Amino acid sequence: MLTNLLRRSFITRIAAVVAWPFAASRAADASTEPVEVMVLKLTGGAAVQSGRVKLELPLLADNGNSVSLKVTVDSPMTAADHVKSIHVYAARNPRPNVANFYLGPRAGRAQISTRVRLGGSQRVLAVAALSDGTFWSTTADVVVTLSACYDAT
Amino acid sequence: MTARIQIPASAKRGEVIEIRIAIQHPMETGFRLDDGGRAIPKNVVNKLVCRYNGIEIFRAEMGSGIAANPFLDFFTVAEASGELVFDWVDDRGQTGSERVKLTVSG
Amino acid sequence: MSAAPWRALLFCALAVSSLVCQAQRVAIKPQPLKSGLEFTGAEVRELQQDDFANPGMLWVTRGETLWREAAGREGKSCAGCHGDVKASMQGAATRYPRIDAGSSLLINLDGRIQQCRERRQQAEPFKYESPELLALTAYIGLQSRGMPMNAVIDWQNRHNFEAGRAMYYRRMGQMNLSCAQCHQDNWGKKLGPETISQGHGVAYPIYRLEWQTMGSLHRRFRSCLSGVRAELLPLGSPEFLDLELYLASRAGGLTIETPGVRR
Repeated sequence: MLTNLLRRSFITRIAAVVAWPFAASRAADASTEPVEVMVLKLTGGAAVQSGRVKLELPLLADNGNSVSLKVTVDSPMTAADHVKSIHVYAARNPRPNVANFYLGPRAGRAQISTRVRLGGSQRVLAVAALSDGTFWSTTADVVVTLSACYDAT
Repeated sequence: MTARIQIPASAKRGEVIEIRIAIQHPMETGFRLDDGGRAIPKNVVNKLVCRYNGIEIFRAEMGSGIAANPFLDFFTVAEASGELVFDWVDDRGQTGSERVKLTVSG
Repeated sequence: MSAAPWRALLFCALAVSSLVCQAQRVAIKPQPLKSGLEFTGAEVRELQQDDFANPGMLWVTRGETLWREAAGREGKSCAGCHGDVKASMQGAATRYPRIDAGSSLLINLDGRIQQCRERRQQAEPFKYESPELLALTAYIGLQSRGMPMNAVIDWQNRHNFEAGRAMYYRRMGQMNLSCAQCHQDNWGKKLGPETISQGHGVAYPIYRLEWQTMGSLHRRFRSCLSGVRAELLPLGSPEFLDLELYLASRAGGLTIETPGVRR
């Protein structure tokens, strides 16, 4: 699934290279980097395997301003084997790294819920870093609808 | 900053308990304009830490992709009676803090 | 020809016209009455029904603090006069907007709080739509949650009701649409990705995902006016108060949901 995502955004990457001279100031800000670069920085080049992570978002979001998100990682959460961190990325957001959560064996359960902003319909990516140094991920597709009436208030 | 926290009033030792926190904050993205057409500066709660009897059990780094009035729901193992302390800070440096008591039996 | 049949006819005509007048003091209600919640997605419904996740509860929490906070030159708090909110404010939101005995003008809950601040607490009134006023209306509104709307139309507020009704049916803006054309005649139908609701104001103030914050019924009125590209009236304006009264009567029997959540 991750490879799919990466393949799809290859075009975006080419576009970014082409646009490089014009987007120099924007590219200087790490928060607007492409998701692949962010993930690469996170993993240090280690493979990101598909699985163990479950990402729950509505198929159809009423409003991109607030979309429920629940991420769960299949882990015993013991001192020897636990989730160290969970990272959420939304590639179509102007700043794709939505949030990073750091937890440990004391969490008991590797599950976090929150509400996120989505700048349009897209594939959301969650990557988990485990205590054994492996990385696991999954994606979820969300369709974001807009309000019917223009609201100028 | 108004905040609300929900944890069970009491738990058994070793029980996994759910912690919920909601903070009143606009999570200003920096992409919105005011009535005069000027950009409203980005201001989000960028970090939240939860400590249980002094030990960090959860930390969140948040960006403008977290919805206004951020809401977080996570878990911890009830180990001993004591206090859960939540501290957070936004881009302007404004801090918030809340604490709740937890009674652990067994 | 005898005058009797004419008299009978005149009597009938009077009877009919008085019935019409009676009928005009009752809003035409959609059948069956449905809360806006029935037109939202499951996500929004769940959010409203979870008293922790509902972001509007943050305003309620703030309202609870404000209720107990002494303010103004009198150094009085709401609680100082009204005591326990659960006892004193239960059902209050079901009866607004109503005629203010002192001024004979129509006021809503927001206006009533402003008046208390100015006259009883001798404090600066909160601005309409300010976080403080929204917090207090949410906190007071919550005390009527689950109770039916119960606006009574009588000789005192009849003119306000009629003005409100006239506005409800008046075509407005560049879209040339009235409130009724969407919310009375076409509720339940699709408008873009949304289902048109019956347009009741029973969940206000609401946390609207679109706004990313809490907002008043009058802000929602302004949203609708902007939607049909009509001139925006000020928050708290007499026209909006009249409309609020008409809507309260039209929603009679529906239960209060404050603090509501909408998309």
